[in-house]
Amino acid sequence: MAPTHVLPFEKPIVELEQQLEKLENQPDPSPSTRESIRNMRVEINRMRREIFETLDPWDVVQVSRHPDRPQTLDYIELLFDEFVELHGDRAFGDDRAILTGFAKLEGQKVLFVGQHKGRTLKEREECFYGCAHPEGYRKAINKMEMATRFGLPIICFIDTPGAYPGIGAEERGQAYSIAHNLREMSTFNTPIICVVIGEGGSGGALGIGIGDHICVMEYAYYSVISPEGCAGILWKSVQHKDKAARALKFTSKSLLELGVIDEIIPEPLGGAHRDHWQTATMLKGSLLKALKDLQAVPKDQLLDRRYQKFRNYGVFEEQVANADTE
Amino acid sequence: MSTANQAKSEMASTSHSANKRGVPEGLWIRCDGCEATVYKKQVEQQLGLCPECGHHFKISANERIRQLLDEDSFEEWFSELAPCDPLNFADKKPYKDRLVAEQKRTGLKEACIAGRGYMRGRPLILALTDSSFIMGSMGSVVGEKLTRSIEQATEQKLPLVIVSGSGGGARMHEGILSLMQMGKVSAALARYRDAGGFFISVLTNPTMGGVAASFASLGDIVLAEPKALIGFAGPRVVKETIKIELPEDFQTSEFLMEHGFVDRVVSRPELRLEIARLIDYCVS
Repeated sequence: MAPTHVLPFEKPIVELEQQLEKLENQPDPSPSTRESIRNMRVEINRMRREIFETLDPWDVVQVSRHPDRPQTLDYIELLFDEFVELHGDRAFGDDRAILTGFAKLEGQKVLFVGQHKGRTLKEREECFYGCAHPEGYRKAINKMEMATRFGLPIICFIDTPGAYPGIGAEERGQAYSIAHNLREMSTFNTPIICVVIGEGGSGGALGIGIGDHICVMEYAYYSVISPEGCAGILWKSVQHKDKAARALKFTSKSLLELGVIDEIIPEPLGGAHRDHWQTATMLKGSLLKALKDLQAVPKDQLLDRRYQKFRNYGVFEEQVANADTE
Repeated sequence: MSTANQAKSEMASTSHSANKRGVPEGLWIRCDGCEATVYKKQVEQQLGLCPECGHHFKISANERIRQLLDEDSFEEWFSELAPCDPLNFADKKPYKDRLVAEQKRTGLKEACIAGRGYMRGRPLILALTDSSFIMGSMGSVVGEKLTRSIEQATEQKLPLVIVSGSGGGARMHEGILSLMQMGKVSAALARYRDAGGFFISVLTNPTMGGVAASFASLGDIVLAEPKALIGFAGPRVVKETIKIELPEDFQTSEFLMEHGFVDRVVSRPELRLEIARLIDYCVS
C-alpha cells in the first residue's frame, strides 16, 4: 500500500520502498536481484530505526498528527468486542469531538470516553478537528459519573489540539466545564485509565485526563500549550514552533523522565500510522494489564492513591522556613 | 449611609499606603476605561478605581490583602516556596533569568501569596495570584501554595477566598508540570468541598486559560470585578480561529454573568463587605 501522506523525514524510506516494490514485481528475478531485495529490506529497516530513534520533538508532533494515524473510531473497532455509543449531555447537545459509550475489552465491561479528530473531511467538520465544546466535557463527566455508580472502570483516550476556541464555547462555559471535570474525576471511585493516543493539547486534554494510570503512546505528545501557540507568544512568531517543541519537553520520553506519566506505550517501527492492527494489539496489552493492576487496588485506597499522584506533581524549592510561617 | 458607601469609607481607611505597582509610573495616568488623564494619588486613594469612570485598574496582591483584610491580620504562609526551572526552559530568555528579573521588578518571590487572616472579624484562608508576575500564571509554586492553602482550610475548617488575576493561565515555562497543577488544585478543592468547606472565588482582570479552567471557576460562589476579562481561550486566538468580529462585551464579567458562570459582579469598594456577608450565610 502506497502511503498517502509522507512526512519530510520519511521520504528516504519511502523512496527505498518504492525501489523495493519495483524489484519485487519483476517476474523471475535472478539470484542477484533476490540478493538486492534482501539487502534492501534490511537497509529499509535499519534506516527507519535510525530515523525514528532520533526524531526531533517537532517531528514527533508531525507523527502525532499524521492523517493516517489511528484515531479513536479506529481503536473502537480494533480494541473492543462491542461498543454501545451513548449520546448527549442532557443540557445542550451531542458533541462529536468526544465519543462516549459502554465497551467490552476482552469481555470486560468498561466505560469508554474518547476524543476524535475525524478521518474524513465530513467527520473532521462534525467534530471540529477534535476540539471539544463544553457539551463534550459535560457529556463525558455525566457518563463517567454513571459508570462509577455501576462499578465500571473508565478508559479515556486523549487526542485533541485543544478545547475549541469559539464564541459559543465561551458562552457555554468552556473554562467551567473543564474545571468541573478536573474536580469530579478526582472523586470517582472506580479505576480510570487515560491514554494520550495522539495530541494531548493542554486543558482540553486534561479535561478527560485525571486518572490512576496515565500513559502516552510513543509518538504522542502531551503539553501545556501547542508548540505553535507557545512559539507565537514567547518567540513572537509561529515560525519557531520547532524551538518551542524542544523547549516544552512534551514527548513521551521526556514526560516519563519528568515523572508525569506512568507508561509509554510502544508503537510499531515507523509510527502507529504504519500498522494500525499492531498498534492496537500493543495498546490492548497495556490496557488489560493496567485494568488488572488497578482492580487489585482496594476500593478504599484508590482515591487516596489518585489524590497523591496529582498532589506530587510540581518541582520547586523549599527554602529555609522563616520562624513566623505556619 | 448606603451599604456601598459604608464599605467605601471603611476600605478607604485601610488603603492609605497604597502600593504603587499595578498603576503606571508618574503623577498622572491615563485611564484605560475613559481615556481621561487622572491624578494617580486619587486613583490609589480610591482602591485603584478611576475617579472619572470607575474603571478598575489592576492592583497588586499585597494591595488587595490590605483592601480586603482587617488591618495587620494577615499571616503569610508558605513564603519559603520558590520557583525553579525543571525543564531548563529558554525562549528568547532563559526562564531562570526571567524569574530573577520578575522577582526584582515585582518584589515578589512568585505569582501567588497565601495565608490566613480576618475579614471584618471573620477568620479565613486567603490566596491571591498577582497578575504582574509572569502574567499571574500558574506553575509549580502557585499550584503548591494554593493546594496547601486549600488543605489548611480543610483541616482548620475555615472559609476559603481565592482572588485570581492570571492572564497567563498555566505557565508555559514549566510545561506539563504547570498543566498538572490544574488537576492538583482541583482535586484539593473536591476534598475541601466534601469536607463541608465554603469557597468564594473572586475573578479579577484578567483570569484566563488554565487558571479559569481550574480553581477560579470552582467557587461555591463566583464573584467578578466589573469588566474583567475572563475566559478560556484568549480573544485573539478566538478571533483568528473563527475569523469574525467578537461581540463587544465578549469574555467580560458581565458576559459571564449573563451566561450563567458568575454569581455576582461586584465593584472593588463593595468586595470586602460582600464577601463577609456571603460567608455569614454559609459558615456558622
